[in-house]
Amino acid sequence: MNKTYEKYYVPAQSPWPIVGAVALFLIAFGAGNYVNEVTKQQPGFGGYMLAAGFVVLIFMLFGWFKNVIDESMSGLYSAQMDRSFRQGMSWFILSEVMFFMAFFGALFYGRVIALNWLSGGSNNAMTFEILWPGFEAMWPLLKTPGGIETQAMPATGLPLINTAILVISSITLHFAHTGLEQNKRSQLKLMLLVTLLLGATFLSLQVYEYIHAYRDLGLTLASGFYGNTFFLLTGFHGMHVTLGAIILLFVFFRVLKGHFTPEKHFAFQAAAWYWHFVDVVWLCLYVFVYVI
Amino acid sequence: MSAVVTDHDHDHEHHDHKPSGIKRWFYTTNHKDIGTMYLVFALIMFFIGGAMAMVIRAELFQPGMQFVEPNFFNQMTTVHGLIMVFGAVMPAFTGLANWMIPMMIGAPDMALPRMNNWSFWILPFAFLILLISLFMPGGGPSFGWTFYAPLSTTYSGDSTALFVFSVHIMGISSIMGAINVIVTIFNLRAPGMTWMKMPLFVWTWLITAFLLIMVMPVLAGAVTMVLTDKYFGTSFFDAAGGGDPVLFQHIFWFFGHPEVYIMILPAFGIVSSIVPTFARKPLFGYASMVYATSSIALLSFLVWAHHMFTTGMPVAGALFFMYCTMLIAVPTGVKVFNWVATMWRGAMTFEVPMMFALAFIVLFTIGGFSGLMLAITPADFQYHDTYFVVAHFHYVLVTGAVFSIIAAAYYWLPKWTGHMYDEKLGQWHFWCSLISVNLLFFPMHFVGLAGMPRRIPDYALQFADFNAFISIGGFLFGASQLIFVWLLVKCARGGEKATAQVWEGAEGLEWEVPSPAPYHTFETPPVIK
Repeated sequence: MNKTYEKYYVPAQSPWPIVGAVALFLIAFGAGNYVNEVTKQQPGFGGYMLAAGFVVLIFMLFGWFKNVIDESMSGLYSAQMDRSFRQGMSWFILSEVMFFMAFFGALFYGRVIALNWLSGGSNNAMTFEILWPGFEAMWPLLKTPGGIETQAMPATGLPLINTAILVISSITLHFAHTGLEQNKRSQLKLMLLVTLLLGATFLSLQVYEYIHAYRDLGLTLASGFYGNTFFLLTGFHGMHVTLGAIILLFVFFRVLKGHFTPEKHFAFQAAAWYWHFVDVVWLCLYVFVYVI
Repeated sequence: MSAVVTDHDHDHEHHDHKPSGIKRWFYTTNHKDIGTMYLVFALIMFFIGGAMAMVIRAELFQPGMQFVEPNFFNQMTTVHGLIMVFGAVMPAFTGLANWMIPMMIGAPDMALPRMNNWSFWILPFAFLILLISLFMPGGGPSFGWTFYAPLSTTYSGDSTALFVFSVHIMGISSIMGAINVIVTIFNLRAPGMTWMKMPLFVWTWLITAFLLIMVMPVLAGAVTMVLTDKYFGTSFFDAAGGGDPVLFQHIFWFFGHPEVYIMILPAFGIVSSIVPTFARKPLFGYASMVYATSSIALLSFLVWAHHMFTTGMPVAGALFFMYCTMLIAVPTGVKVFNWVATMWRGAMTFEVPMMFALAFIVLFTIGGFSGLMLAITPADFQYHDTYFVVAHFHYVLVTGAVFSIIAAAYYWLPKWTGHMYDEKLGQWHFWCSLISVNLLFFPMHFVGLAGMPRRIPDYALQFADFNAFISIGGFLFGASQLIFVWLLVKCARGGEKATAQVWEGAEGLEWEVPSPAPYHTFETPPVIK
C-alpha cells in the first residue's frame, strides 16, 4: 500500500488566510456602517472601509491563487489532493444551493400561504375583514395589502431570450470541456470565449431588464413581496453569474498560457461546475419567478 | 485496532519543527495550532458570554429594576445567546475536530489547511464587530438571539446592520470549517480505516458538518432578508407588502433546529469516546450509534415548527411537527441506552473526564425529557416563552454541550500538553460545577411552569426566592469555571509526564502517537488492520 502512496501536500505557512480574514472584517464592518450612512444620507467612513475590504480581498485572492497555481504547476499535488479540491467544491456548491433555497422557500411560502391567509384563507377571515378588507390574493402580486401597485415582468421576450443564452452557454462550456479532454486546444479556447461572451450578454440584458422594470413597469425592490422575491432571486443569481464569469475569465487566461492537461484540470472543472450550477438555478428561477 | 507507523525518516528537518513567534499563529496551516486557537478563542468567548449571563442574573437577583436599563438587559440576553452559540460552543467543537479528527483517522492534516486557518481567523473579527456594536448609539442588538421580525426589522436599532454582517462572516467561517471536516473524513482516512471502523467522534462530526453546510446558508438568507426589510424597503416579513412575520420564524428555525443538533452531535461523539475508555469495555452498539446519529440529523430537518406552536399554524401542521419531534426521542434513547449498556459490568474508574461524561448522560437526559414535554403542542401553549424553555435549553446546552466539551478537554489534555492535569483540582471543578449548575438551572423549571416569562428584566414577587437561588447558582457556576482556567494553565506549564496511551482503557490512533502529539503526525498514513 505504501509504495503507491504519494505524500499528501500540506502547505507551509501562508499569510493569505489572515489577510483574507482582515478583508472580510473590513467588508463586514464597512458594509454595516455604510448601510446606515446611505439610508440616513450621512457622511461616514463605511463606504471607504468597504471598498478597502474588497481591495484587500482581491489582493488576497491573487496571492493565494498564485501560490496554489504555482504548487499545482510544479507537480506538488497528488491525485488525492485533487479529490480534496473536487469534493470541497461540490460541498461548496451544495451550500450555495441551500442559500438559494432560503429565497425560493420564502417565495413559495409567500405565494402559497401568506397571500392566501391575508385574503382570508384558512381561519383568517377576521384578519382579512378588519386589517386588509378588499385585498385580493393574486400572483404576481400587483397590488399589496398596503396598496402599492406594480406591473409584472412578462415571461416572454427578454427573459426567454436570456434563458436561451444561459442554456447555450452551458452547452458551449461543455464543448470547451470535451475540447480540453480530447486535447483540441483551439476548440477549448473558442468555446470558452463564446461562453464568456454569452455570460456577458446575459448580464447586460439583465441590467437592461432592471432598468426597464424600474422605469417602465414601476417594479422596484420596494414594491411588495413580488418585487422583493423578483429582485433578490434574480439579483443574487446575477451576482453568482458575475462571479462565475470572472472565474471563467481567469480560467481562459490560464488556458491561453497553456495550463491544464486532459488529465489534470481541476480549476477548469470547478469553474464549469459553478457555471452549470448557476444555469440550473436560473432554470428554476425562470420557471418559478417568471412563468408560473 | 492497531496501526503500523512507517517511514518517518524523509523530511526529517521539517519534522516537529515549530515556527516561532506570533507568525506561527497568524500564518499557520497546522491542524493542531488551529485547533488550539479555536479552543482558546472558545474559552475566552465563554467567559465574555458568561459575564453577560452574570449581568442578567444580577439584575434578576431581586424583583424590580436594580442595575441595568431594560434595553441593556435585552442586549445582554441577545449577545449572551449569540456569543455562547456561535462564539463558544461551535468553535470549541470545531477546535476539537481540528485537533482530533486527523489524528483519529490517520491523516497528515486537515484536507485544506490554508482554508482551515482562514475559517478560524474570521471568527475573532466577526465577534469584534458584534461586541463593537454594543457601544453604538442606541446600543447593540436587543431582539433576542433569534432576531424575530419585526423586532429585528421595524423596531431594531442602527446596530442591526453590523449584526447582520457579523453573522454573515461567522457563517462563512462555519461553512468553510465544515467543508474542511467533511472532505478530510471522506478523503484522508488512512488505508484500512473503513467507514464502520471510524471513531464515533469522527462519525458525529461528519454528520454535523453536513448539517452545517445545509443550514448555515439558510441563516445567511434569513439575515439578508432582515437587512433588506430594515434598510431597503422590502417586505418579506411585513404583511402590508404581502409578506408575513411568520415567514421569518419558518426560515430562522429551518436553520435553528438543525443548529441545535450541530451543537449536540459532536457531544454524543465525545461521550461515546470517553465512556468505553473508563468502563474498559468497547462501546455497546457501535452500528446503532451511527444509525441513531444519522436518524437524528435527518429528523432535524422536519421539526423546525415545534418552536412556533403558539405562533399559529394549521392543526395538521402542528400534529406533523409534534409527532416528528417526539420521534427524535427514539434514536436519542438508543444512544443513552448504549452508553448505560457500555458501563454495565464494566471495570469503571471515575477520573474527571468520566465524571463529566456521566453528568452529561444524566443531565442531558433531563434536558431531553423537558424537550419532550415542550414537544406536546397543547402543553407547549403553557410553557412557551417561559423560564421552562430557558431551563430546557440550558440543560441540553450547558450540562449537555458545555459539559461534553469540558470532558473532552480533560480527556485529551494529556495528549495535547504532554502533562497529566491536576486530578484533585479537576474533581473540585467537577463537583463545584455540578452542584452550582443544578442550583442554577433546575429551579428555572418551577418558575417557568408557574408562568415566569423569559427575556424580561423584572418579575412578579412570588418568584423572588427561586430567582435569588438561581442567581446564587449562576455566580457559583461562573466562579467554578475559574478553577478550570487555573487547572488549564497549570497543565500547560507542567505536571506529571503523560504516556502515549494516557488512559488505561483508551483505544484508537490518537493514543498511539506520543504525548504531547508531535507537530506533524501521520505524514505517511498508518495502516489499520
